[in-house]
Amino acid sequence: MFDDLRDLYQEVIFDHNRNPRNFRVMEDADRKVEGFNPLCGDRLTLFLKMDGDKIIDASFQGSGCAISTASVSLMTEIVKGKTEAEAEDLFRQFHEMTTGKEDKIDLEAIGKLAVLAGVREYPARVKCATLAWHTLDAALKNEQEAISTE
Amino acid sequence: MTIFPVEKIRADFPILKEKIRNKSLVYLDNAASCQKPQQVIDSIVHCYSHEYANVHRGVHTLSVRATDRYEGAREKVKDFINAQSTKEIIFVRGATEAINLIAQTFGKANIKAGDEILITAMEHHSNIVPWQMLCKETGAVLKVAPIDLQGELIFSEFEKLISDKTKLVSVVHMSNALGTINPVKKIIAAAKEKNIPVLLDGAQAIPHMSVDVQALDCDFYVFSGHKLYAPSGIGVLYGKQALLEAMPPYQGGGDMIRKVTFAETEYNTLPYKFEAGTPNIADVIGMGAAIDYLNEIGMDNIAAYEAELLDYATEKARQIKGLRIIGDNNNKGAILSFVLDKIHPHDIGTMLDSLGIAVRAGHHCAMPVMDFFAVPATARASFAMYNTKEEIDVLIAGIEDLIKIFG
Ligand SMILES: Cc1ncc(COP(=O)(O)O)c(C=O)c1O
Repeated sequence: MFDDLRDLYQEVIFDHNRNPRNFRVMEDADRKVEGFNPLCGDRLTLFLKMDGDKIIDASFQGSGCAISTASVSLMTEIVKGKTEAEAEDLFRQFHEMTTGKEDKIDLEAIGKLAVLAGVREYPARVKCATLAWHTLDAALKNEQEAISTE
Repeated sequence: MTIFPVEKIRADFPILKEKIRNKSLVYLDNAASCQKPQQVIDSIVHCYSHEYANVHRGVHTLSVRATDRYEGAREKVKDFINAQSTKEIIFVRGATEAINLIAQTFGKANIKAGDEILITAMEHHSNIVPWQMLCKETGAVLKVAPIDLQGELIFSEFEKLISDKTKLVSVVHMSNALGTINPVKKIIAAAKEKNIPVLLDGAQAIPHMSVDVQALDCDFYVFSGHKLYAPSGIGVLYGKQALLEAMPPYQGGGDMIRKVTFAETEYNTLPYKFEAGTPNIADVIGMGAAIDYLNEIGMDNIAAYEAELLDYATEKARQIKGLRIIGDNNNKGAILSFVLDKIHPHDIGTMLDSLGIAVRAGHHCAMPVMDFFAVPATARASFAMYNTKEEIDVLIAGIEDLIKIFG
């Protein structure tokens, strides 16, 4: 059963879906941006605490599918301690990884995020994985309005 | 009762033999669009191979042949929904275009600032947005009759919302998000008491039951071919002749005119007044073939068979722990919309797809319905006359397995 899906639904994804990390409201956030995928109804609010151009804390609230929940959960873990430029570079690499240009990915930098590479084979699900990162991008650019992947 | 010839029907649909991810296709997304029998596919091939030319324009043999076939299909549609005359059958792109046409012609001519248009809380976006656009242009007000937690219209509330200001009642015959079949006879009777015209969105109802527009006494009935085993890109607007006569035309162009000078234009008679430009000739002919096919099986037989499928699926679904049916009532067409505890519909959709099962996961173009039930989306299995109980078993087993995996 579901053997074909092992690449998409890896155990790490189930784990983050069951127990999302950094799943909380951040009262003293410096940045707060909402992301919305109207096609699926995935909704998230991303909170960032900044120190200069460094992300010192990240958290989120919201509801979505396993892929989008795992993606945002993993993202909040990996961007902590990163500068804005480093986070933007991760976004670029994540985008490459999920849309199919493997050769441009620095596997070391991307670390655990690699578990999401499987969405490449599921075009209908790519947006689930990238919603978190588009929302982060908006937060870093300090765009206040809600962003949408459509 | 005779046994429904489902195996014979299945054999007519070539796509049902398709393998999806190495599994036999279980196609349960019929409410989005349903598959086409060989007879319909053949009719289109035949049209382009033997009888294609532009219609209503030529004296040459092929044009006459194409026109005969095209108008023959109109006759079939007229009989299929028991309209009085072919003048009442307008070919359009689909239900969406039909509703927009009514809003832009009937609506603009008859609905003014302060007037009201009454819909229900279970409408497809295509029966919401055209009215919102019209309201914005005219200053009219859109009223929405509520539904209950079983996904049924609260009729007493609907009645209360009918007022002297109501200029049109526009309701879905059968909901695509819930499967609910509205009490359209009662709705129409209530509207008629105040002489309010009624539009029925029949996009979902039409493949599942026999529809008689004269018995219903609705003023407009709209549907799309692609949900009726016919090609995509073609649909029908039925309107009572007197109403259509009084309405201004929709688009201007060829075919819809009788006489053009630079000073003025005389419009063509019905139904051509509303069919500007070269129509979708081959697909109209394909719709005629689909109707022939359905008539041979019989809409009442289809309705009875699908009711059996829905009962079977509903019974099984109710036994799954953590499954909640969205729209759980006894007045339904063959749609099972559901959510699972802690598992997002999109994950359900992808998981079932890997087993060869096609269901829809999403808001089904009915975001207000999702908001009402406080879910972001649902998974929806929608059945057609070619589905079987064995396929429902595959679906149910798939759901049970994916629940285990998500743990
Ligand atoms: C109830 C209902 N109304 C209208 C429509 C619109 O049909 P179409 O997209 O073919 O114009 C649909 C299609 O999903 C529907 O289910």
